[in-house]
Amino acid sequence: MIEYGLDEIGLLGKRIARSLQPGDVVGLTGSLGAGKTTLARAILAALGLEGEAPSPSFAIVQPYAPPEVTLPVLHVDLYRIEDAAEIDELGLFDDSAHQVLLIEWPERMGQRVPAEMLNLTIDFADEARRRLTATVPPAWEGRWPPQ
Amino acid sequence: MTIILGIESSCDETAVALVTSEREILSHKLATQEDAHRPYGGVVPEIAARAHAEKIAPLVEAALADAGLALAEVDAIAATAGPGLIGGVMVGLVTGKALAHGAGKPLVAVNHLEGHALSARLTDPDLQFPYLLLLVSGGHCQLLAVEGVGRYRRLATTIDDAAGEAFDKTAKLLGLGFPGGPAVEAAAREGDPTAVPLPRPLLGSPEPHFSFAGLKSAVMRAAQSGDYQTNDIAASFQQAVVDCLVDRTDKALKGLDFAPSALVMAGGVAANAIIRTALQRLSADHGLAFVAPPLWLCTDNGAMIAWAGGERFAAGLTDPLDIAARPRWPLDTAADSVRGAGVKA
Repeated sequence: MIEYGLDEIGLLGKRIARSLQPGDVVGLTGSLGAGKTTLARAILAALGLEGEAPSPSFAIVQPYAPPEVTLPVLHVDLYRIEDAAEIDELGLFDDSAHQVLLIEWPERMGQRVPAEMLNLTIDFADEARRRLTATVPPAWEGRWPPQ
Repeated sequence: MTIILGIESSCDETAVALVTSEREILSHKLATQEDAHRPYGGVVPEIAARAHAEKIAPLVEAALADAGLALAEVDAIAATAGPGLIGGVMVGLVTGKALAHGAGKPLVAVNHLEGHALSARLTDPDLQFPYLLLLVSGGHCQLLAVEGVGRYRRLATTIDDAAGEAFDKTAKLLGLGFPGGPAVEAAAREGDPTAVPLPRPLLGSPEPHFSFAGLKSAVMRAAQSGDYQTNDIAASFQQAVVDCLVDRTDKALKGLDFAPSALVMAGGVAANAIIRTALQRLSADHGLAFVAPPLWLCTDNGAMIAWAGGERFAAGLTDPLDIAARPRWPLDTAADSVRGAGVKA
């Protein structure tokens, strides 16, 4: 478990970004307001994104590709998905070997959650601090916790 | 006089309209997809893309028939090229390209936000540049200096969620259904706006921006506490949004580096009567004209895309047929980045 202050999110984003490889799927779990999008933005910023990362709640999938980031990333928010069958039609895994998926509300995938997904659960420690608990798949052994 | 055919498909509406440079709306057609989305409590993009694809060609035909025009009589084809749900945007843009190519007409790729930004000029011939625009919708919450066609300066934006997104999530948390804006507004009419203590993020802050994520979290805690009536939470939430929009717009008006001809409000959230009244009052306090398009022009529609396309066409701005759809497309590309909560810009 990692505890962090919201003012330390940039450093945490850098540590996670440094560990990412093409093909990784990172789930971000936590209640509304826990800071899932904030952490995703910190990771995107650490991957080189200088522009804004709008909340993907509206468009569901926001793609990022080099040169604005060092790795292709799909920033996904499944909050509004209620039927897991819809996931198949989003095409999230069409290019899964070459890109990184950052998926908010991954539990909406139900049975479709990839076995190799690193799941990060964010809980409130207090208003300004969060606790990050990782469920680490074999693909991430030796890479988590990130340095 | 020129006639522009406009296509909009960037979110849940498939819409086609024919508008003239004399501000005449010859026809406007809308195939709302709300029925298809209601079971999901939101807009699911693949459903949206499929539904757009099914509806768009008959809508183009119906719009032309309504106006009594053949495609050959149209001067240019305008289509939304972003930002929005990429599947839907592609359907509309490709349709626009096909029509333009087939009929030998110029294509105008319109930024959906520019459609909203210029929509007030379609119905208000007296509205002159520059004006201050409060653009509030499901995907955006911005204050923009609108200086001319294609000339927009972003003065403020949300650092986290859009105002309409806060309405949609509140509606979902409260079990009020989709679309969230009208559902929350209706529930709020039966509630007490002072019943639930909710935060007003960034109220009185020296930075110019908006923030709604903290408000959303507070609505969730209030709903889960079981201490409050749904209608009271809806009314208190709506009041908090009103207070934030008024405070931030007031701050912008006090710090403007130009003399606006009016305060203009546009976007889907501008259809909310309580928000509209509050901004109208703020405008009056500043001795400024207040302009908001009629309700049907605030929510997504084809006429605003036809009008914005016409304004661009008149300025000599057309686009090649290989122009790409863009899921992200800021109106003011020179604006300082506001990446998220805690990042000062």
